[in-house]
Amino acid sequence: MYRSHVLVCGGTGCTSSHSGELIEALEANIKEKGLEEEIKVVRTGCFGLCALGPIMIVYPEGCFYSEVKVDDIPEIVEEHLLKGRIVKRLLYKETVEAENVKPLSETNFYKKQHRVALRNCGVIDPENIEEYIAYDGYAALAKALTEMTPEDVIKTVIDSGLRGRGGGGFPTGRKWSFTAANKADQKYVVCNADEGDPGAFMDRSVLEGDPHCLVEAMTICGYATGATEGYVYVRAEYPIAVQRLQKAIDDAREYGLLGKNIFGSGFDFDLFVRLGAGAFVCGEETALMTSIEGNRGEPRPRPPYPAVKGLFGKPTTENNVETFANIPQIILKGAEFFNTMGTETSKGTKVFALGGKINNTGLVEVPMGTTLREIIEDIGGGIPNGKKFKAAQTGGPSGGCLPADLLDIKIDYDNLVAKGAMMGSGGLIVMDEDDCMVDIAKFFLKFTVDESCGKCTPCRVGTRRLLEILEKITSGKGTMEDLERMEYLCNYIKENSLCGLGQTAPNPVLSTYQRFRDEYIAHVVDKKCPAGVCKDLVTYSIDKDKCIGCGVCARNCPVDAITRTEYIAPGHKLASFSIDTDKCVKCGVCVGNCKFKAVIK
Amino acid sequence: MKSLEELLAIKQKAQAQIAARDADGNDGTRVVVGMATCGIAAGARPVLKALTDEIAKREVKHVSVTQTGCIGMCQYEPIVEVFEPGKEKVTYVKMTAEKVAKVVNEHLVNGNPVVEYTVGAVTE
Repeated sequence: MYRSHVLVCGGTGCTSSHSGELIEALEANIKEKGLEEEIKVVRTGCFGLCALGPIMIVYPEGCFYSEVKVDDIPEIVEEHLLKGRIVKRLLYKETVEAENVKPLSETNFYKKQHRVALRNCGVIDPENIEEYIAYDGYAALAKALTEMTPEDVIKTVIDSGLRGRGGGGFPTGRKWSFTAANKADQKYVVCNADEGDPGAFMDRSVLEGDPHCLVEAMTICGYATGATEGYVYVRAEYPIAVQRLQKAIDDAREYGLLGKNIFGSGFDFDLFVRLGAGAFVCGEETALMTSIEGNRGEPRPRPPYPAVKGLFGKPTTENNVETFANIPQIILKGAEFFNTMGTETSKGTKVFALGGKINNTGLVEVPMGTTLREIIEDIGGGIPNGKKFKAAQTGGPSGGCLPADLLDIKIDYDNLVAKGAMMGSGGLIVMDEDDCMVDIAKFFLKFTVDESCGKCTPCRVGTRRLLEILEKITSGKGTMEDLERMEYLCNYIKENSLCGLGQTAPNPVLSTYQRFRDEYIAHVVDKKCPAGVCKDLVTYSIDKDKCIGCGVCARNCPVDAITRTEYIAPGHKLASFSIDTDKCVKCGVCVGNCKFKAVIK
Repeated sequence: MKSLEELLAIKQKAQAQIAARDADGNDGTRVVVGMATCGIAAGARPVLKALTDEIAKREVKHVSVTQTGCIGMCQYEPIVEVFEPGKEKVTYVKMTAEKVAKVVNEHLVNGNPVVEYTVGAVTE
């Protein structure tokens, strides 16, 4: 038995801040001190607090070390692991309370969270099937196969109120029942792990932190719907997720949890991984299945829906990763466990990927109905540098934005749609006063223009024309007629596109136009960008009375646009500087360098 | 996997291996070993090892084994202290790997401190 376990985050966030090297250093140091039989180092999935990575937690004390560097490792091993003295300076500051170490669950970031889909992330070693089993893993599958009929399983999922977490929010149990009702010699289960929304990474974290959960859930779905084969379509850009998922599938096969006659029930099921080549449209269910079949990833019209004619023309159930991640808990603990959380129409919890202008960048799971304010201010720790909140963008390139007066909105599927945004996959990008809403709309539209597959004209041509209008506006050449045309084109694209990509592509534009019309008008009428983002509408100048004449700006100007004048401000010794706006390329270097805030834009 | 029993067996085995992680928040019993220079020199490490092994062998639940620095009675090292919630701390002195088995069995499993090994008995 190991007396102490050191859990190190091996999610993508912490891995890119070198948690892999931490693990190597830990193991080497532990060996050097002869502690290798007493202390176990475990590489886990994401803890959620990515902003403080790399993250390490030491049990049994439950000490949460954040932003650990390789150089800190000898001290942790020598002091904490060998002598039992906690290295206080490395503890997450919120967990230090006078002389005591507060449990992580009592910090602001974790206190309001309720983890269902992420329950094992950062808790178990994702590459060790036995640790998953220790935390009730595969118990739900055992229960489904040995105690429940497929109809019971579907009824439980329907009663739980679980809705698709990938964006649409369709009731999962009903989706399953459609596939189950169709007779066919072969049916399939497909998992959509082609998480493409900029800023969303919850599916990746589940795959990296708890891959067996997906294997178990898909097998349960196969049993419920009568499918014997499943495919996980995962982006190739998620190497750690792909590798852990493949290991999970291999281990499950070895333990007989995939394959023939699982739990002696006579039910056969097997799973395969397919890698996406990076096209955003492949996150659309019909395009995804076309891609699995080996064809070019393009959507096709629905109906027929996948439940009738899906993968390889057979009835298919398709859900996203987070949706599946809730299934084992629902089966194991019953529908009431799930439907007592959340709001009237949206049950359970939702994972959000917090990003943008927020202190605690990371992954949070909260009950549906939590307000935006709680997520941003309490859990997210507010906006850095004392800036003012402007808007939160939800739902990525298909979603919309929620301005400050909607901070107290209870987040669920229907509330968000009513306010012109959407749940989407759960990316939540926070913007402050320095962000220009027209520019944000342009950013998302550029993304959809790049990612439009080109099959239907409204999306292929329409989004490009829309982008051109936005570019005209942000370069100061827009007219009021352009705004009208923009709105008309948005609605036209929404109504006439073939698949979800095109139908939702104008949402960021429409939503920002609805909420921040004055900003659009400022760009068009006043030829000004209020946030100072759109370069063509910004001019830099120097306040000659604030300028002390130090010359830092001039020395750092890449185009020598700043020169000394002859004016000496009262109280200063040196002549002030001024900017030649014809030469200025609006790089903003001078603003950053001026300590006296004399450069204004 | 052919049966529920098989799954359950794996679960129990694996649960024992990760028990250290369940002591989160220190709700259970803590067994603390003095591991400063004096303790280590007096042989605290084999005692610690014996403790973890014995606890694992006897499948004692909700017990965590940790170490601490110098307790201040270097002549009585290796010292092992047992903290049970709501009870007075028990201090065992001059511990050896052999004595550990008795402490685990009688104190941690059955709830009867081994008085003869405690600091009170040894110093008198």
